[in-house]
Amino acid sequence: MFSDYEVVIGLEVHAELKTKTKVFCSCKNEFGSEPNSNCCPVCVGMPGALPVLSKEAVFLTIKAGLTIGSQISPLAVFERKNYFYPDLAKAYQISQLEKPICVGGGIKLKSGKNIRINRIHLEEDAGKLIHKSEVIGTFIDYNRGGVPLIEMVTEPDISSAEEAVEFLTKYRRNLIFASVADCKMQEGGMRCDVNLSVRKKGDKKLGTRTEMKNLNSFKSVQRAITYEAKRQIEELEKGNAIRQETRKWDDNKNRSFTMRSKEEAEDYRYFPDPDLLPVRISEKTITKAKAELPELSEQKRERYVREFSLPKYDAEILTNELDTALLFEEASRLTNMPKQVSNFIMTYVLAKKKERDNLSVFDVISADNLAYIIKAISTNELTRPNALMLFDMVCFTDKDAKSEAVKSGFISKLSEAELESVVDFLIEQNAQAVKDYKLNQVKVENFFMGQLMKQTKGKADVNKGRTLINEKLQKYKN
Amino acid sequence: MVSLKDITTIKLAEAIKSQQISSEQAVTYYLSNIKKYEHKNAVLEVFEDALLKAKEIDKKIKARESVGALAGVPFIIKDNMLCYGKKCTCASKFMEDFVSPYTATAVDRLLKQDAIVIARANMDEFAMGGSCEHSAFGACLNAVSDSHVSGGSSGGSAVAVALNMCSFALGSDTGGSIRQPASFNGVVGFKPSYGTVSRFGLVAFASSLDQIGPITKTIGDAEFVYSFLSGIDEHDQTTISLPISNSKISSLKGLKIGIIKQVLEIAQNTPNYSHFKKIIDVLKNCGANIQIIDMKEYDLALPAYYIIAPSEVASNLGRFDGIKYTKRAEQAKDIGSVYTLSRTEGFGEEVKRRIMLGNFCLSSGYYDAYYKNAKRVQKLLKNKFDEVFKSVDAIILPTTLGGAFKLNEKTEEPTSMWAEDMFTIFANLAELPAISIPNGKTADGMPLGVQVACKKLDDLKLLKIASLIGGVLNV
Ligand SMILES: [Zn+2]
Repeated sequence: MFSDYEVVIGLEVHAELKTKTKVFCSCKNEFGSEPNSNCCPVCVGMPGALPVLSKEAVFLTIKAGLTIGSQISPLAVFERKNYFYPDLAKAYQISQLEKPICVGGGIKLKSGKNIRINRIHLEEDAGKLIHKSEVIGTFIDYNRGGVPLIEMVTEPDISSAEEAVEFLTKYRRNLIFASVADCKMQEGGMRCDVNLSVRKKGDKKLGTRTEMKNLNSFKSVQRAITYEAKRQIEELEKGNAIRQETRKWDDNKNRSFTMRSKEEAEDYRYFPDPDLLPVRISEKTITKAKAELPELSEQKRERYVREFSLPKYDAEILTNELDTALLFEEASRLTNMPKQVSNFIMTYVLAKKKERDNLSVFDVISADNLAYIIKAISTNELTRPNALMLFDMVCFTDKDAKSEAVKSGFISKLSEAELESVVDFLIEQNAQAVKDYKLNQVKVENFFMGQLMKQTKGKADVNKGRTLINEKLQKYKN
Repeated sequence: MVSLKDITTIKLAEAIKSQQISSEQAVTYYLSNIKKYEHKNAVLEVFEDALLKAKEIDKKIKARESVGALAGVPFIIKDNMLCYGKKCTCASKFMEDFVSPYTATAVDRLLKQDAIVIARANMDEFAMGGSCEHSAFGACLNAVSDSHVSGGSSGGSAVAVALNMCSFALGSDTGGSIRQPASFNGVVGFKPSYGTVSRFGLVAFASSLDQIGPITKTIGDAEFVYSFLSGIDEHDQTTISLPISNSKISSLKGLKIGIIKQVLEIAQNTPNYSHFKKIIDVLKNCGANIQIIDMKEYDLALPAYYIIAPSEVASNLGRFDGIKYTKRAEQAKDIGSVYTLSRTEGFGEEVKRRIMLGNFCLSSGYYDAYYKNAKRVQKLLKNKFDEVFKSVDAIILPTTLGGAFKLNEKTEEPTSMWAEDMFTIFANLAELPAISIPNGKTADGMPLGVQVACKKLDDLKLLKIASLIGGVLNV
């Protein structure tokens, strides 16, 4: 029965902008501070206080729009969205309705399907309620109140949970690569509402839709969509009508339930905020935003293939996350060995990152340390096993890889006399190899190098050792 | 020795600076009048630190330290302006215990000139009303009669100036709230062009119409005080700077003064029309060129105003929800009843009436018909006035329909109270500067005013023209 239906999904995605200050005052935009420490009369909605629009927030919104090919409006208007809730200090949220900053745009999925974007607008976030207990009550932390949020709204072009997640992944990646937002889902830095309806395949008319609010992980989005699509189809099959309503997704129970019906829906009584003049966005500002827009994930991917001849697959892995790409680029610059850097990151660094959730690859290892390890392997300053041991030792620490290598005795500390005595000893011990020298010099020298490293547990200086072996064997040349 | 009775702000400032009189003496004098006229209920609170501040200023002056232009001059603020550490109630139970966490820019600018704020004045709750009877702390009585209203909403400020409770006062004007009470109490009330005085720290009534302005004894004082009030404020994005005046007006001769036909038609049927007519004759005699302007849009101003202002106030007062600030209903059990009960108990009737009207006008399905259309009317009016001021230098009209009415005369009939704004709201809708100056008295001795308005941002030209007119009227 499910195959007879198609699912129609539209998304509304909120992301907190990475500005230094809040959107309408000069308070710090910072997560995790002492409750109500980043507050002023403006962002707690004191009587008489007035909003002053942050240019930086507008600029970042423009950049966000540029990453998805939006038109930037020459004139944007801020409106008041009026509703009562204790976390909303003024009983209205300054948002945008009729004239948002970014209009249109789209994101292409792997399948080639384009998901059209309706708009991105700028608004302020609300505070946060902290429920203690029945007895103690509920507290309000206004630190988040006034933090700039961009809300992106898609057209109803998405037809499955998988498409939704792919779309969200790409949009999120754009914002992160463009340095517009951090989109830390677990901190509420990115939240998603899902509008969903189903209809019989071939039907032109859209079905009645429901809205699911504030999904804060891609996994929740995926599960909520799967659940809701199934629920709606089952209702229709039973001959029931779908009620237009807002539903709340419960991650623990893995189901959604009615929050409010259409009749109870808020009337937000939008009107232009008289405290803020319409914002004129000049061609110059847009050009500046375009010029400043950093390379996005897909551009990097193409460049890595083109410039470093990396396999497509590798380039994709390296550009999935901004931190990985940046580590790769920096270590490659330091070593000039992109291929080796790429391999090392893919094999070791990313595995390490997985061990600890939510850390950046830069927390795993610094570009300097990574570059040192890769160079040291290639020059034989470190044996591969020692290099990997060293990697383990410096991971998640501030330690300097080179000094750790020295401290741990991974690098030669043999004196020249010691080195010579070992070489002499090896020549004495391996008469057959010495005899073979005149037949194949390279092979024998390599044999003695191997023996030397083995005998010294890698402490021999590679270059000095090779020179010495070569010198000593000269007399057996003929 | 200089007499403090009815002394102008300009003269008082000079006298204090030249040590002919001390700030302490001035403050003491005004405080004694506050005490004397306590029954008028013009003042809600006297600031205890005023005398101390005055002594400090006196000391500075004696020590020949540099002081501001308003050094030691006592003034009163309308109780909807914030002054750090002091209460601000908007004459509402909702803000009964509210202590200002910062100072309003307009107040701050005067304090920077070393003026001394000595009290906060009574008003209609949240500046809504035209009689000062809608104060949660009791009505403010007219300066000349205990049985008449003081006007509103800046009634307390106007009475305070009229009865020498301060040198000058600040009021706010959203639909006539400075000009009408000034007229009712025989003083000068100036509403500047929208945007020339910062609204930061003024508890908002209708944000797009609110404007702070001075209430003074003379037009010269209005100009003097305004020169410190006006200017760009980084905290208020709607502020604009005043262009440098290049007006060379020095006499009424040849001055083109307009009278709106539609205003005249209403005014003709009011009992005090003769007062207004007399001025016109005087102006004509002085060589002014009086022109009648046909403005059909004028009649739309009142209904448009009573859509826009309530809509904005419905939104602005949402924050008084029983969560923060003082009044949370005691019987409230859940979040819904906290809102409903607190707001039902906390707001006065007039405030509730306007909030409900405003929410209706903004609600989906009615927004286009009401709010959007009202904004369209506002735009029409602005355009029309732009056109009018191409052919006249100023317009002149009565400030009010008549003198102050009796207490309780209009409280039962809100729309007749609203009609009181008939001659004042055009200036708010079109963002024009307008001033009310005293113009005689009614038969029963109640003061009357006449109003002059100019093009937006022509505030200095307006003050000049007003002073010329005031000159022939002996204001
Ligand atoms: Zn703030």
